[in-house]
Amino acid sequence: MRQLKSFGAFWYDFIIGDDWHVAALIVAGLALTAVLARVAHVNAWWLLPLVAFAALAWSLHRATALRK
Amino acid sequence: MNALPLILTVFVACAVEAVEALTIVLATGITREWKSTFQGMAVALVVLAVITAAVGPAVGYLPLTALRVVVGALLAIFGLQWLRKAVLRATGYKALHDEASAYLREVTAAKEAAVVRRRGVSDWYSFTLAFKGVLLEGLEVVFIVITFGDNQKNVGAAVIGAAAAISVVTLAGIAVKAPLTKVPENWMKFAVGVMLTSFGTFWGAEGAGVAWPGNDAALLVLVPVVALAAAACIRWLRCRKAAVAAPAKESEVVG
Repeated sequence: MRQLKSFGAFWYDFIIGDDWHVAALIVAGLALTAVLARVAHVNAWWLLPLVAFAALAWSLHRATALRK
Repeated sequence: MNALPLILTVFVACAVEAVEALTIVLATGITREWKSTFQGMAVALVVLAVITAAVGPAVGYLPLTALRVVVGALLAIFGLQWLRKAVLRATGYKALHDEASAYLREVTAAKEAAVVRRRGVSDWYSFTLAFKGVLLEGLEVVFIVITFGDNQKNVGAAVIGAAAAISVVTLAGIAVKAPLTKVPENWMKFAVGVMLTSFGTFWGAEGAGVAWPGNDAALLVLVPVVALAAAACIRWLRCRKAAVAAPAKESEVVG
């Protein structure tokens, strides 16, 4: 069980890293882009870069706000 | 897409990983025993080869759209985590990753550990440390090569970039017989973060169904835009830190 946990922790750390909010925002941004492109037929190429920048800024704000 | 940007991107990304693996291997080999260290490295390389042989062709069979969404998401997440760390280090919120101090930490730990013979390996500590270091950093190299190579349908170019990076770092390590402390690691990580985020965003959005203006040429705009956005974050955090520090200094003077 302990080995299974450490195996899971390794992959979590490898893929998700220090802040899971970044991963969640990117997945949400991709899903929204797919819905806009395939359902609403909006060529939303600009959405994911905006989400990526927002995720970075938000994550940095969270990391530094507590350590002023 | 021209193969040169692909080779350079993979080269820089893999060079960062190779420097970290080299630090661990040097610390273990010099402090304890080279034979067990090389055995650990060799087993890690075999495991990496098996993983690559299993995952590489399987990734190639995935439909390109699905591959781009999954790989795009993973690269963007990886890239943003690298950028986050690089920005925090550049602004002093996180300690700089110093290969010299990382080396010293490994050396101290290696000196303190007892020599234990196990499974035909004369020094189990050296074996496991070299194995873990090479496997972990190698996994990242394999991931970068497979994702970049498959997405650009040019695995050969990605392999050239990775092989060149590993060769250069290994030769430099053999030449100086010390951790590569002169490598501007944080700025390399910043550059790699920019590239991974840009490529991840590009492929992810493409897989999700959008058409980028100018097709592949959009990357020529996207990369500098991501770099500028990350640079703006550094400036923002520095200004914020200075603004917080200024009243504190004033109150010290008054007090």
